[in-house]
Formats: sequence, C-alpha cells, structure tokens
Amino acid sequence: MAKKINNNKNFRYSIQAFWALVTNSFLIGFVQGKIYQGKIKNVCVPGLNCYSCPGAIASCPIGSLQAVIGSYEFKWSFYVAGFLIFIGAIMGRFACGWLCPFGFIQELLYKIPFVNKIKTFKGDRAMRKLKYMFLVVFVILMPIFIVDIIGQGAPYFCKLICPAGTLEGGLPLVLMNKSLQETVGWLYAWKNLLLIITIIGSVIIYRPFCKYVCPLGAIYSLFNPISVFKYHVDKEKCNNCHACSNSCKMNVDLVKNPNDLECIRCGSCKTICPTHAIEYKCLQKTSKKD
Amino acid sequence: MHIQERHINLISLLIVLIGVSSMVFGVFRGETPVMFEKAINICLECIGIG
Repeated sequence: MAKKINNNKNFRYSIQAFWALVTNSFLIGFVQGKIYQGKIKNVCVPGLNCYSCPGAIASCPIGSLQAVIGSYEFKWSFYVAGFLIFIGAIMGRFACGWLCPFGFIQELLYKIPFVNKIKTFKGDRAMRKLKYMFLVVFVILMPIFIVDIIGQGAPYFCKLICPAGTLEGGLPLVLMNKSLQETVGWLYAWKNLLLIITIIGSVIIYRPFCKYVCPLGAIYSLFNPISVFKYHVDKEKCNNCHACSNSCKMNVDLVKNPNDLECIRCGSCKTICPTHAIEYKCLQKTSKKD
Repeated sequence: MHIQERHINLISLLIVLIGVSSMVFGVFRGETPVMFEKAINICLECIGIG
C-alpha cells in the first residue's frame, strides 16, 4: 500500500513539474531578464502563473481577468471568464491539484521538515471563505470601481497581494534589471513580506495560499459539485474507516461530500482506500476499480 | 441512470458550452488584444513596483 501511495504521489509530482516547465518554457528569459512577447500570451493557463515571470509563455487567468476588467474599453472579460468556466466545468479543482505551478511550489515547501506541521486549527474552515472575499473585492470590484481619470483600474490582487507575482516575476526581474532595482519601494517590500509569510506558512501548513487566498481556486471550487470529472463514493463498498479523510491534506471528509469545494482532486484518498470505494466519474461513466 | 444524475450531467455539459460560447464572444468583442498588451509588457503591479 505504501508503495502504491508513493507511486501515486510521484506521478502527480511529475505531472506538476512537467506542466510548470511547459508553462515556463521560455528559459532564455531567466538569463536575459526579459519576458516572452509571443502570440501564445493570447492564451491563458489553467493554473496561477504570473505572466511577468521571465519563463512564462502564456497568461495568468487572474491577471488577465483584472487587466480586461480594469481597462477603459471593457468592464468584464467574457474571454477569461469563459475560459475559467470551461476549465472549471470540465475538471473543477483538478487544475489546482495537478496543473498549478504555484500550488506545486507550496507542496515542495511543505516537504521541508518542521517540528510541528499544522493539519487544522480552530477557524480553519471559516478562513477558507476568505478566498471568495479576495476574488470579489480585489479581482472584480476594485479594478471596476477604483479607476483613474481615463477609467482604468489597476489589477489590485496582483498589485497588493499575489505572492506568485513576487516570486515568479518580481524577484528574478528586479535581480536582473538595474533600472527596476532603482524603482523599488514600499510596495515591493510589502509584497516580499507577503511572499515570506506565504513561504513560511507553506512549510507549516499544506498549501495555505490555495486554502485561504487564491481567487483562482475560489472560482474552480464552485464547479467541483457539477464538473464533468468528479469523485464518487460507493456507499456499499465503504466501510467508514476514514482512511480517506485522514489522508486528505485539504481536510475534506470525502464520505460526507465527495465533491467538497476544498477538494483539489489530488487522488490520495482514492489510492489509500482499502475497499476501492472511491471512483473517478466522468458524466455517467465511473472508472474501473484498481 | 438516475434522473437526478442525468440532470447534473446535462447541467455540466451546458456549463461547458456556456464557457466556450463566452470565450468565443470575448474574442469577437476584441478582449484578447487588451489582455495580450498587458501580458507582453512587464506588469509593474505584479512584480511589486507599479
């Protein structure tokens, strides 16, 4: 069983690493301190990956959504919203568990040994709702309503909060560009402080940014109960041993709700289930048992 | 198949269709150049300068 669990974990890590590399495959950008300017940037990636990362070949959906919402021409992005609806309706938070580079970084950080890893705490479940507040306030409302004289709003989530932008774009670009180094100020310091908090938090808590802050996870989570790809628990096979909920690092009780908004579809529950009661489900068809 | 499950399947497919239609509408409306313009220039807000 332990070997099977490790194989499943390693398989997922390989997919995450591969996808992070594909998403950031403009490797020369890291050497030159420049960003990719090709046509693929017309397309969004399903995970959170800053488009100002020197390696990024496509666009961050949260950054793009704010860019269009905050423009003076449009106050809503049907293109980006449609993309998020499409990905969410197909796979729900599977994108978080398998295709998000920043989620992968947090998982790697969680592997660093620490004396007291925190699995849950009082108020954990309530704090998960914060990500919906970040989505509505910082990603949608602020870029629409806080505008300059020509009607342009800033991408406030990127500007004030997003640690992915600081890590993937801010640090490498500022390190490699003297002109940028001369312009850094309190905002850069604030964002680096948030990045440090996220990094320390990720060593102690599993994916804290995904649990409490990520607006992309907030959007995808709404699709978990209705996505094409879902989990299904066969109640006849389930012996209520709770091995699934005990193994779940997102603290989901799969037997209660196999399509909980917090489930990132990592698959650890399916692998650990001794009775093979958990199945993948694509529309009416269920997967074959292991 | 259970009727409720069939309804959920239909809803899922309908939402996929809404997503695709919305993307197509956004492209025809001319949203992609706005997004592209932002993505190909260093986003000062993202990196903590702007």
